[in-house]
Amino acid sequence: MAAGRAGGGGAARYFTRWYKPDVKGRPCEDFCVLQHSNRICVITLAEAHPLLQNGKTIKSINYQISPNCSRLQNKVSGKSKRGAQFLTELAPLCRISSTDGEEYTIYSCIRGRLIEVNENILSNPAILQEKPSTEGYIAVVLPKFEESKSITQGLLTQEEYEEVLLKRHNNSA
Amino acid sequence: MSSLTEKDKPIVQLLLNTGTCPRCIFRFCRVGSQTLYRHPYKDLMQDLTEFLKNNQQQEDAAGFGIVDPPCKRIRLEHTEEVPDDLNQNGVLKHVPLVNDDSAAVENSTVEVCNVCLGILQEFCEADFVKRVCEKVKSADYQFTSFVFSVSLPPQLSVRERAAWLLVKQEMGKLGLSLAKDDIVQLKEAYKWIIHPQLSEELGVPADGKSLFEVSVVFAHPETDEECRFLATACPDCFKPAKNKQSVFTRMAVMKALEKIKEEDFLKHFPCPPCSPKNLCVALEIQCNNGAVFVAGRYNKYSRNLPQTPWIIDGERKLESSVEELISEHLMAEFKADSFNFSSSGREDVDVRTLGNGRPFAIELVNPRRIHFTAEEMKELQQTINNSSDKIRVRDLQLVTREAIGRMKEGEEEKTKTYSALVWTDKAIQKEDIAFLDDIKELKLDQKTPLRVLHRRPLAVRCRIIHTMKSEYIDEHHFRLHLKTQAGTYIKEFVHGDFGRTKPNIGSLLNRTADILELDVESVDVDWPPALDN
Repeated sequence: MAAGRAGGGGAARYFTRWYKPDVKGRPCEDFCVLQHSNRICVITLAEAHPLLQNGKTIKSINYQISPNCSRLQNKVSGKSKRGAQFLTELAPLCRISSTDGEEYTIYSCIRGRLIEVNENILSNPAILQEKPSTEGYIAVVLPKFEESKSITQGLLTQEEYEEVLLKRHNNSA
Repeated sequence: MSSLTEKDKPIVQLLLNTGTCPRCIFRFCRVGSQTLYRHPYKDLMQDLTEFLKNNQQQEDAAGFGIVDPPCKRIRLEHTEEVPDDLNQNGVLKHVPLVNDDSAAVENSTVEVCNVCLGILQEFCEADFVKRVCEKVKSADYQFTSFVFSVSLPPQLSVRERAAWLLVKQEMGKLGLSLAKDDIVQLKEAYKWIIHPQLSEELGVPADGKSLFEVSVVFAHPETDEECRFLATACPDCFKPAKNKQSVFTRMAVMKALEKIKEEDFLKHFPCPPCSPKNLCVALEIQCNNGAVFVAGRYNKYSRNLPQTPWIIDGERKLESSVEELISEHLMAEFKADSFNFSSSGREDVDVRTLGNGRPFAIELVNPRRIHFTAEEMKELQQTINNSSDKIRVRDLQLVTREAIGRMKEGEEEKTKTYSALVWTDKAIQKEDIAFLDDIKELKLDQKTPLRVLHRRPLAVRCRIIHTMKSEYIDEHHFRLHLKTQAGTYIKEFVHGDFGRTKPNIGSLLNRTADILELDVESVDVDWPPALDN
């Protein structure tokens, strides 16, 4: 068992990090998709996301993304996760409001079946900000077997993302 | 009735005329004496002819005790050829009875029986017995008894039915009846004759419960089409053929014969059945030994060894496996065709199994050797242990199939103990972890871990950590010993699996924790019985 600790410890050890920055053109609304070698993906907020910046307090988290669709009602059964809500890249997972009046939509970023959303952040929104990459995850998505390699085509590697961050930093300087 | 009586004469004559062999004739006359069937074929032929010629003089034809005095003088002649104008309107062909004293014609070549197609003829002879025994001996099996199973071509049931209808009708004329169940079954008669011969040649008894099976498949291609009419008469008995296998299985044919009406049967099938040109052929003679079970406990000392072979897309990801290291030697010693490995739970590739080890059982399929003394098993165990330092086996022994159930019980019900090397992000002091030792019966809610979620259903499982014992190492490390309920995910209890296992070590210590090493210290199942290793 390697003692590699990239990305916060044991639970995240076997995951590869992929990024989607500026989703829907909204500046700095970056997401990080943790992809396990078994193709399970965990959707999380990337460090640069406004919700994770100093001074932001979360007011509410809402998994009801439309009158007919609540992510909380997602029910899967069996090994093949039948009954799961199917997500496309820009399918909303939840909407988060902060105390300063802003509203942020969290997107799936990948195609696949929604396995579960993290209900812990409903009861304890603080962990979303304290541990965004582990306990504060947003959702777990299982891509189709045939698409498990191609889902990362629309995403950036850690290296590519760091370049994006660098550019942002230079532009704002 | 154990032998032929006067009443049987018309039937005997009828069947003999239509090309039925002596032993089949006995069967339809309900002869139940096994010894009679075992008499040599030529003798039987002779005796039957004598029996038919016999008149008022109460001659005791060899082997037949004629009980009833003949009431009429019936002399019948064995006609050489059966007229083959088959009456298709359901009326039995009329066999002429000729009052002629001419001697019975003795055929120099044996006609193939129109009912058993040679099974009760050629295939009862010493030559065939020798052929079977040679095959058995060359296959080199270890056995103390045998069961002889025979697969007969389905058209035999059809011919049997035709013969029965013929005999039934003839007996009806004499005011007698013959139920289907009264007839001696062909397979039964065959076994009466061949079992003693096989037993003598192989030197072991025949036993229906034997694990050693000698099986013969008979076929008669010449008459394979004879079942076809049943498909038109009873189409729902025959399911579409899978993989080119014949639709006309024995089961299907028997079912159709149950359903079909007598008139319909007689419309489509000659009664009596016609004499075939050829005998049956014995397609295959195969031997098979019942599976043998070897159980034991294994230790795993490598952190790089899967329990079962790890192959993805035809590519082996890690060399060898626990299963292969153990079974390789068993396969060689028992000379089996294949094996099935099972164990009381399992551990990850990177987890060691220490202590008394984990119970396992291997089913060895079709082993050539089945007898091993306790000494030999010990030697086998030693060989396995000498062959690799990655695993070790103990308590290696032969067990019964039923015993496997106990092992699987253990998987669900018994406790396991573990030792985990834990890392924490924030510093810890001895006092910070001491409280873990006092926690008893800690209830966990574990969602299906992400690392197996792709192939398991999403569920929450409640598991109990019975006791814990911590050993402080340094500010970021300690060893944790735990005793848990079967089915607890230890790694997830330590690192929390994104908070999906609650509580977890991280939440208990208010830190981020990770597991660096895991060992299984014991699997608390008291099976298989411990031997003094």
